[in-house]
Amino acid sequence: MSQLLELRSLDKRFGGIHVTKSVSLKLAAGDRLALIGPNGAGKTTLVNQISGVFPSDSGEVWLRGENVTRLTQAQRVRNGLARTFQITTLAPHFAVQRQIELALFEREHLSGSLWRSIDSFPALKAEAQDLLTTFGLRSHASTPTQDLAYGEQRLIEMALAMALKPKVLLLDEPMAGVPKGDGARLLAALDALPRDLAVLLIEHDMDLVFRYATRILVLSEGAVLADGTPDEIRRDPLVRAAYLGN
Amino acid sequence: MNTVTLPKAKQQSDADMQKSPKCAPAWRAPLIALVLGTAACLFLPDQVGLLTRIFIIALLVLSLDLVVGVAGLATLGHAAMFGVGAYAAGIFALHVMPDPLVGLAVGVAAGTLLAGLSGAFLLRYQGFTFLMLTVAVAQIVLSLAHKARDWTGGDDGLSGYIMGPLFGKFEFDLEGKLAAYYALGVLVIFFYIARRLVDSPFGLAVRGIHENRARMAALGTPVYKRLWSMYAIAGAFAGAAGALSAQTTAVVGLDSLSFSLSAEVLVMLILGGVGRLSGALIGATVFLLLHHTASSINPYHWLFVVGGLLMLVVLAPPAKYFKRLLVHVGISK
Repeated sequence: MSQLLELRSLDKRFGGIHVTKSVSLKLAAGDRLALIGPNGAGKTTLVNQISGVFPSDSGEVWLRGENVTRLTQAQRVRNGLARTFQITTLAPHFAVQRQIELALFEREHLSGSLWRSIDSFPALKAEAQDLLTTFGLRSHASTPTQDLAYGEQRLIEMALAMALKPKVLLLDEPMAGVPKGDGARLLAALDALPRDLAVLLIEHDMDLVFRYATRILVLSEGAVLADGTPDEIRRDPLVRAAYLGN
Repeated sequence: MNTVTLPKAKQQSDADMQKSPKCAPAWRAPLIALVLGTAACLFLPDQVGLLTRIFIIALLVLSLDLVVGVAGLATLGHAAMFGVGAYAAGIFALHVMPDPLVGLAVGVAAGTLLAGLSGAFLLRYQGFTFLMLTVAVAQIVLSLAHKARDWTGGDDGLSGYIMGPLFGKFEFDLEGKLAAYYALGVLVIFFYIARRLVDSPFGLAVRGIHENRARMAALGTPVYKRLWSMYAIAGAFAGAAGALSAQTTAVVGLDSLSFSLSAEVLVMLILGGVGRLSGALIGATVFLLLHHTASSINPYHWLFVVGGLLMLVVLAPPAKYFKRLLVHVGISK
């Protein structure tokens, strides 16, 4: 199967701290790769390196067969990469539907359009409403984002990513801070992601990880400790000692 | 196809559906401004000088609102674009031709050019660094204007030009009536343009950057490019205001580039409400009327009134309390 995302010996240092150490991985269409490891293992840093929030000190990022290491965040998004954030990162005062429209205008390269009203794009408006319906948020179309429950805001994060129609999706702890009651909706959204989408999931909820992932990569102190199927990872003595416990 | 389908149980019925958010018509607020402005000119013929000043400064504050309220960039150097537009229009009228509309275009171009050039550098920074650099740019421009006496007149100001007739027909009268209507017309047109801009996909993206820069970058927005474009557009607005000032007063002084003007327009914007565009017009009107009235009562301590009002607005925003009132009387939820 062709690789959609490939990391080749990615390195990142912050001053004297070596945060990611020669991390390599491959992600193909349909993969569900979970990236796990203790706090400070370098998981979010790696996602930031992949998405282009900050540059890597060495190594390469390949996206859909193209070396995107030197490309900006925006260029990587246009090449099919989308991400969510560990801490909800939204426009708090925007109505929920406007938030989705932001993503749609970007996807359609319309955000430079200076004159047409945002209400004069009926097809995109309908698509935004469909996405809201899909994620169970249609009743909040005009509600300011900040007025929604935290779990619903996490859903908006996913809806925004899906509005971009990505090929590769990076999910940074989608369940973090979500109350139990809202978790089911997020799980359903995760299960309903398109099968041909390549997903890299960072998560501390091991039940979710072992249920959802087809492959697991364990990071410890910035380096890859193990890489394998959920069963292989569960049995790996190094992983049990460093992270999972007995 | 790359779409998500949640289980049917998660889908919502039509009854749950909420109306989609909708923009107010772009022409509505400018039309109100036009009606009120025209009425003021008609019913206060003795005050056309003050009204002209209000219209011009309102345009400058509108420009500032695009930068501060829409793009979320705090600046204290906005007078630079105003002054450059004023000097450009004045010099053009003196040395090239006195046509007001061509002069206005020259002012717009000068404001855009300065904002474009300085913005290309300034917008690489954020927060206090950006704020301080805007002050620095304005001070450099002021210093250059001071040095270039041959062109700007230095401390004496630029004068000696007479504007030609508007549209080649209407002469500027001594009473300043035409100047007032001309300034109002330009203000209303730029106000309409601003409304269109803010409610366009471009404006939505810039507002998104103001709300959350990291989110917009993650959506693929070229953040720097969008902010630069908005900054240059705001420069065009400020340049237009400067040109109007030069044309209607027939003099351009160094005070048009001063730090105090930059600070005053920021105060006006805060008084009227940041980020709503119409607040720029309200703020400029309230501030200049207060200035006019309070300074005629006490020319030394009129700023005391402005200071008090500013504290009141900051501590008890009128919009917030107006909304509470509407909720209280059951008009709004």
